[in-house]
Amino acid sequence: MNRQNRQAWSRASALVVLALIASQCTPSQPAARRAGSGVQSDAAVAAQKTYVAPGDLDEYYMFSSGGHSGQIYVYGLPSMRHLSTIPVYTPYPATGYGFDDDSKKMLGDLTWGDAHHPALSETKGDYDGRWLFINEMNGRIARIDLRDFKTKQILGPVPNLHGNHASSFVTPNTEYAMMATRFSRPVPNRVVGIDKYATEYKGIIAGVKIDPQSGHMSLAWQILMPPFDYDLGDAGKLASDGWMFFTSYNTERATGKLEVTASQRDQDYIAAVDWRAVEKAIAEGKGDVIDGVKVIDPKKVPGLVYLMPCGKSPHGVDVSPDGKWIIGSGKLQGVTTAFNFEKVQTAIRNKDFTGEEDGIPVLKYESIKDAEVAVGLGPLHTQFGTDGWAYTSLFIDSAIAKWKLGTWEVVDKAPMSYSIGHLAAAEGDTVSPDGNYLVGLNKLSHGRHLNVGPSQPESSQLLDITEEKMKLLYDAFTEPEPHYAQIIKADKIHPIEVYPREENKHPMAVWDLKDTGVTRNGKKVLVKMIAVRSTLTPTSFEITAGDEVTVAVTNIEQTTDELHGFGLLDYNINLVIDPGETKTVTFIAKKSGVFAYYCTNFCSALHQEMQGYMIVK
Amino acid sequence: MMQAFLQRANRFLDLPIGLPARFMLLAAVVLLVATYFFPLWNLTMFAPQYPEGLRLDIYSYTLVGGNNGQDVKEINVLNHYIGMQDLVNESFTEFQWMPFVIGALGLLVLRSAVHGTVVALVDVTMLFVYFGAFSLWSFGYKLYRYGHDLSPEAAVQVQPFMPPMFGGQQIANFEVYSYPRPATYAMVGVIALLLAALILTWWQRPRRELPVAADRG
Repeated sequence: MNRQNRQAWSRASALVVLALIASQCTPSQPAARRAGSGVQSDAAVAAQKTYVAPGDLDEYYMFSSGGHSGQIYVYGLPSMRHLSTIPVYTPYPATGYGFDDDSKKMLGDLTWGDAHHPALSETKGDYDGRWLFINEMNGRIARIDLRDFKTKQILGPVPNLHGNHASSFVTPNTEYAMMATRFSRPVPNRVVGIDKYATEYKGIIAGVKIDPQSGHMSLAWQILMPPFDYDLGDAGKLASDGWMFFTSYNTERATGKLEVTASQRDQDYIAAVDWRAVEKAIAEGKGDVIDGVKVIDPKKVPGLVYLMPCGKSPHGVDVSPDGKWIIGSGKLQGVTTAFNFEKVQTAIRNKDFTGEEDGIPVLKYESIKDAEVAVGLGPLHTQFGTDGWAYTSLFIDSAIAKWKLGTWEVVDKAPMSYSIGHLAAAEGDTVSPDGNYLVGLNKLSHGRHLNVGPSQPESSQLLDITEEKMKLLYDAFTEPEPHYAQIIKADKIHPIEVYPREENKHPMAVWDLKDTGVTRNGKKVLVKMIAVRSTLTPTSFEITAGDEVTVAVTNIEQTTDELHGFGLLDYNINLVIDPGETKTVTFIAKKSGVFAYYCTNFCSALHQEMQGYMIVK
Repeated sequence: MMQAFLQRANRFLDLPIGLPARFMLLAAVVLLVATYFFPLWNLTMFAPQYPEGLRLDIYSYTLVGGNNGQDVKEINVLNHYIGMQDLVNESFTEFQWMPFVIGALGLLVLRSAVHGTVVALVDVTMLFVYFGAFSLWSFGYKLYRYGHDLSPEAAVQVQPFMPPMFGGQQIANFEVYSYPRPATYAMVGVIALLLAALILTWWQRPRRELPVAADRG
């Protein structure tokens, strides 16, 4: 090979080398990972901030909705330890919920529920630690008493209202919890073709009155709304007390493939409801009774509801701690909008309207908004800290944006792993947020936990928000599927540990072993039973096939954590009775033969001996 | 003057290709065959939710998604929110003619290698450069159309955009990277070999002015 030949070869090979260098350009990781950025705080600092030593107690309770598990999960913060599960809409053998007569009756025919938005009771806009409310899609709302962390009442399915998503936001003094429809349907419910959706289908906003003493819920009124999908809500407070705000999408009134058809308009609405005015109108006898409920049509009774235009398909609406601003987040855009409540009132007074929807005035957007804050892509929900700090979750960006009320400046962004939905700050939706902890409730967790197969847990990430930059402290994983959660200072809740004997007024309760036994009234048989370490008395009883049997079990313990169970084999019965509690279960003795019952909840050294027989002749 | 140049050019064009150059052409054919087995281009997209990235390899005759093809499906699911058309083989007419053209060009290169004269080599080089340039333009135009023909009814309205052809770019929550892959480098290699063969033949051309008739010897 001559010199020229060599030159040609060397030039050609130079090209190949260049090509190989260029081929290294597709990075194997996204830029943020390559730079090693992210909200990692120093691991040792994070560990110290979240470590709650054995025997020590957490600072906060977090009540996390369980989504379609129909439950509420209770966490301790900052340890993020799962402390207990409160069954609400779903039978839960672990606590015997849905097996005894009372809870079975409360659940009715439904054995699942989709629980989304817990709402702690409030006094003057602050959590008071009395009750916890939570909505459910099958038109229901429930009350949990925080004295014993038990579900006490399930209201519904209420008439006219279908798909109770925009719920259960309470007003600042727990006057009302709210319900609103994600699915419109004919009111009253009847068969009407979907082609008449825009005119014949209706949305419903309902006020659920809460008894200030007992917490008992009753359906007070409903408002007939255009067939939009009502999504989330928040009650006005302080400056805006007396108002309720609900986001809505599908103001296109579309049907079919909603992901397209309901995403056509650039703005949808936040419905502002003057609930005190609604209360007054009802007191004056306005409204029509539909399916047993007083329903007000805003077309006939003006001045109750106004529509605030808000960026594309808004999801969350959150009122600032001082009540001055209403933050609405259009989930299909890159900004969140701050509406000024005073301007809303002025616009209403001046009739500054741009149109109407089924007789409900639409306020002029430019007249009521203070700012569009460029928080990032897919803004969903906003929580608050101290000093006017606001935190908005960004689904598409998979991050939380920190920004300031008033100056509207975005100062920090914390990546979330991954695809954050709701977020919850410590007392972050009250009039006085604590500004220390923030939990991102993420939809995806892939790769951040031991692989447990296709049914992946959700992730809840704890952030420290005491400093200028948000810092990730801890990854916790939860069962499906937390939507909203609320975080309350632990010292606001004072749960009992046993039911005091003197409070047990159950008609079938017995406290003395000699009062136990079987009484028969025709085909009805009552078995009064006592559970105490380590015997279920009577230790056997005889009945006849076909009898209607009620077993009433009283746990006469008054010692903390001395729970007893009553599991009856082959009869699908499992009660768990807390100390001082009486529970009943009623069933028809269909199968004859001998059936064992025993204590299912471990109690003592002789727990295994705590058993007896039901003999069905 | 002009005529002299043309005469010289013609004389050169009529020369046979030298033996080393012929081996280079054979190597070019091997590279061309190799392009069937490697992707031409790669698009990789990262988002916070996709830290492992979604990968798309473009071959001369098909699209291949990363993660056993799942990545293409995922990309299409995501793109449907902004109203982008599906990335499917059917919408790439290139996949029908490109393998054929590569094969045809391969045969032409082979022909030059076996009994070629410089003119045949020049022809096939020109054709190949044209093919490469056209393919690049076609690819760019395809990207442009994908980024611009967005459904007006899409749930999320985004400004029409030009996806990157070479390099990285941030599009919404995605970091998108687009770079050539081995088959493209093989194509570049083919062009380099063709040109090298040409240059080599030029350097090795007989220096003395010989009678035209003798050139064919």
